[in-house]
Amino acid sequence: MTEPLLKIEGLTRRFDVSKPWLNRVIEREEKQFLTANADVSFEIARGETFALVGESGSGKSTIAKMVVGLLPPSGGTITFDGQKIDTSAGIPRALRRRFQMIFQDPFASLNPRWRVGEIIAEPIRTFGLMNATDARKEAGRLLEVVGLSAGDVNKFPHEFSGGQRQRIAIARALSSKPEFIVCDEPTSALDVSVQAQILNLMRDLQDEFGLTYLLISHDLSVVRHMANRIGVLYLGRLVEVAQGKKLFTDPQHPYTRMLLDAVPDLALSGRRRRPVEGEIPNPISPPPGCAFHPRCPLVHDRCRHEVPLPQPTPIGQAACHALDKVAPA
Amino acid sequence: MADPLLSVRDLVVEFPTRRGTLRALDRVSFDIMPGEVLGMVGESGAGKSITGSAIIGLIEPPGRIAGGEIRLKGERIDNLRPDALRKIRGKRIGMVFQDPLTSLNPLYTVAQQLIETIRTHIDCSEAEARKRAVALLDRVGIPAAERRIDDYPHHFSGGMRQRVVIALALCAEPELVIADEPTTALDVSVQSQIIEVLKDICAERGAAVMLITHDMGVIAETADRVAVLYAGRMAEIGPVREVITEALHPYTQGLMGSIPTLTQESDRLVQIPGSMPRLNAIPQGCAFNPRCDRAFAPCFTERPELLSPEPGRLAACWLHDPAKTQEVPHD
Repeated sequence: MTEPLLKIEGLTRRFDVSKPWLNRVIEREEKQFLTANADVSFEIARGETFALVGESGSGKSTIAKMVVGLLPPSGGTITFDGQKIDTSAGIPRALRRRFQMIFQDPFASLNPRWRVGEIIAEPIRTFGLMNATDARKEAGRLLEVVGLSAGDVNKFPHEFSGGQRQRIAIARALSSKPEFIVCDEPTSALDVSVQAQILNLMRDLQDEFGLTYLLISHDLSVVRHMANRIGVLYLGRLVEVAQGKKLFTDPQHPYTRMLLDAVPDLALSGRRRRPVEGEIPNPISPPPGCAFHPRCPLVHDRCRHEVPLPQPTPIGQAACHALDKVAPA
Repeated sequence: MADPLLSVRDLVVEFPTRRGTLRALDRVSFDIMPGEVLGMVGESGAGKSITGSAIIGLIEPPGRIAGGEIRLKGERIDNLRPDALRKIRGKRIGMVFQDPLTSLNPLYTVAQQLIETIRTHIDCSEAEARKRAVALLDRVGIPAAERRIDDYPHHFSGGMRQRVVIALALCAEPELVIADEPTTALDVSVQSQIIEVLKDICAERGAAVMLITHDMGVIAETADRVAVLYAGRMAEIGPVREVITEALHPYTQGLMGSIPTLTQESDRLVQIPGSMPRLNAIPQGCAFNPRCDRAFAPCFTERPELLSPEPGRLAACWLHDPAKTQEVPHD
């Protein structure tokens, strides 16, 4: 296997959610931390789509933000194309150009006072890739690449619908010629028929420009459609990583199984779904041991004390004590 | 066939604006049978929620019902005076909204809200109302209901709050429950629990459900029949299985193909070009004609009525009118 494009090891992020100092002193309370991500490790190979799924509060977006440098991690390392990124110093500019991000809400991610041409050309200008006239031409060309027309450079974002705005956001992400794009819920603000257009477009662009995607989504069917490999997050921990479609036919971790069971599907299988027990616990005081144990059907004593480590499964890896019995040692 | 519980005929809802009147619903007709779950789907702006609001008389002025009728068990309810309508709303038609935080009053305990609602609609003592409320909370799956009933809404998680809202909608034993995106604000693992509760409890009490959602997966697993709205018009109505597997209307066909599923094998999603027209720019003829790859002459001039090519199914598409298709043979 060749060198992975992005390698993440032991990535951890804690947020300080303590009350103000005075309250802590008066109420005799400790500082409180919310662990958004704990010890997350994965690799993304060049040209593949790696997806992270999980419910709200599982830390998907926090990972995305740390990867693009919008949020410094509390621990762990991020290695991009063999270069370790020193997170305290910020990401070097030369590296910065090579990854981009597409955000969830195309109504919030485009500056309403800028013309579309300026929005798309901004990364070109920032990185000093072209002169102003060429940048302007390039903006028009990129609009055509994403299925809009070159004449749209002079319009403002409000003149476009949600799906068209997301196309503009994609054009902007492409303008600095990145290799790696982090897509944080790129279609969850869109209607299904528009979602299909955007997902198809993202695939076409991947083929055309050889892009690598980190796709963040809560929608399992979108993830199944797009991803080569999938990581499942629960309460900030990666519980399972598996090859795309196999995750859906042969899930290993009990949480993955539960999640797949819960998704309503068009297939009309007529199955009576097992309703899932319980809800996600509070991330400020997660259960000890395996965070999933209060909801897990396979729970046994060890799960309550010991945090399970990821171990290889036939389709990837999973962090679960119950797998110990099944998998050969 | 039994008489429908709710019958909507040619419902028109208009919003006057400075630049002319917008038709949010344009001659929408459908029935809901007693005990039935009718799914109402469509993209944003198609008129799903407006249909729900129109039925319980909660259209915000200056919007108004500009035509058509709504009948509950044969009795017209669209032209009732506000006080008469209030007796129906909550008592005979219950409502579950998308966001449980906005449908519960944060300053009252769950007990106060449930008891107030029960006593407004049912003649009983406070103690009896409380007993009913506890039983109901227990039924919707709130653990230790007896104790938790005195909690405030903020003590509950999102999923638990939505259970309280369902209890609130059902406490006066309505004949119809309108659930407007009841699970959109929730996570998938909780979503399935809520859908299950809603479905079971309504089946138990014989209440019909109008389930408004954009999530076809939820509809597929919950509804008996499904109605598809497009640009304020009814595109298709039929039994859920048939609509999903062999839709009659090209829009429904495209919509179903564009949804990624957990089992499909194809690499590309079907995509419908363009997007839904704005309400002030609905094309002449069929509203879907600019995006339809099978559009032919009559589609551009005449609006298609709901036709019934098969018993129990309706679709507003000229392709199903033999007279039209003979006139202009297409490919």
